[in-house]
Amino acid sequence: MRYSIRQQGESRSFPQGDAFLAAAASDGEVVIYLGVPLETDDTKGAILIELGLECLGVHTGERVGEEGSNVLGFARYRNGGDAPTQLVELVRQPNTRPDAIAAARAVFEASGFVVVVASDQAGRIIDRLVRPKYNAALRFLDEGLATSKDMDLTCRLGLGYPDGPIERVERGGLAYHYDVTAALFAVTGFAAYAPARRAMVAKQRDGA
Amino acid sequence: MSKPIATVAVCGAGGTMGAGIAIVAARAGFRTICHDVAIEGLDRTLKQTEGFLTKSVERGKMTGADKDAAMSRLSRTTALDDLGVADLVIEAVFEELSVKRALFKKLNAICPDSTIFASNTSTLSITEIAGGSGRDDRVIGLHFCLPAQMMKLIEVSPGIKTSAATLEAAWLWCEKAGQLPVKTQDKPGFILNALLVPFNNDCIRAVEAGVASPEDIDKAIKTGLGYKMGPLELVDLVGLDTQVRLCEAFYPITLDPRAAAPPLLRRMVAAGLLGRKTGRGFFTYNSGKMFGA
Repeated sequence: MRYSIRQQGESRSFPQGDAFLAAAASDGEVVIYLGVPLETDDTKGAILIELGLECLGVHTGERVGEEGSNVLGFARYRNGGDAPTQLVELVRQPNTRPDAIAAARAVFEASGFVVVVASDQAGRIIDRLVRPKYNAALRFLDEGLATSKDMDLTCRLGLGYPDGPIERVERGGLAYHYDVTAALFAVTGFAAYAPARRAMVAKQRDGA
Repeated sequence: MSKPIATVAVCGAGGTMGAGIAIVAARAGFRTICHDVAIEGLDRTLKQTEGFLTKSVERGKMTGADKDAAMSRLSRTTALDDLGVADLVIEAVFEELSVKRALFKKLNAICPDSTIFASNTSTLSITEIAGGSGRDDRVIGLHFCLPAQMMKLIEVSPGIKTSAATLEAAWLWCEKAGQLPVKTQDKPGFILNALLVPFNNDCIRAVEAGVASPEDIDKAIKTGLGYKMGPLELVDLVGLDTQVRLCEAFYPITLDPRAAAPPLLRRMVAAGLLGRKTGRGFFTYNSGKMFGA
């Protein structure tokens, strides 16, 4: 399926030089917006807008739970400053057209990405699930439960993870973790998303 | 300095975890006494151990002579009095405070003063288990990961009264047993379960909140984070009823909302959807293929 890209500025999903950018056509059944304000077009198979920390509804507007069209949000998952992974989180609304979801999936899968579909909730899938865990690990570190090295080793050896929570959140950037958790906390109000002390410190130093 | 550890006793050796711990000890050269209340469980353990070690030989991980030596170091008993010769007793009995405390109290009258008592608890407080044992300073947490005979990690957790000598002796034993000890405070779930149990609950809540299907949640976690197993697949493997029990152990102590059993989890348990062992949990396993529940 042919896709075209409308881009302004750097994309977190597809950094400059990414093969996905190079394979785009000048006009396609699927249009992908990277940093460009959304323009609706019902004749397209799907319109995909790259999301940051915001919900899709910010771009489309919402209507008492009945919103949905051929517009989907998406983000290629990456841990802060780490390189993007092969995972694309597609974001749908209650009445998103099934054919638009299928078209979006086809475009990304044809380029070798693994696609999952999430509803339009804060943090999509991964950030919603892992950020509270990183917050807990950072709190455990402050409380002296164990050293960062031992926490990471425990997760790698005990759970078979490729990395531990402290090394991962440090690698992705504590200030970035602050940004994500602050956004999640603003929407949900759940204490589990309140930025950890170490993330706040990093953010404050970042802005200093 | 405590007496060097030469003989290890494993209580609850008829169970999966206890059997694995016994293999770790015997394989590393320690005389190992397997204890349980029923001889049938112990016979099963010895048979499974023989099978596991035979496979280890076939895979070139140990020699046939090493296997025979390990088997010769294993003995079994249902008599608690036989544990009086142990330098280290590791309990892997039912995860209930009163059961563990009663066991250590009995053993205190049987074992010499030099014997160290270790608990493999994953959720209970080592300090509380040690209380009433008569040797609080010689009780320590040694939490093995399942399956113990395959996993190197041991969470070593001293209680409030655990002596430095006990910690040192237990640590050295872990290393001699070929394991990798990590030190944690005596807090609910130590490191592993303190991170894992709430995370698994969060994943279950995401299903309940309609964030994504179980398949897509697991796929996202595996692809995005590189985990070998998805969290919902893991809950199915561990058992949804076990996840409820873990929540019930953690939440009253921590009052962390993430540790509370999600309503969906309780409903699934009530419906008999316990995971792999019943053929259906978040996925179904009847045909070997996984489908969303």
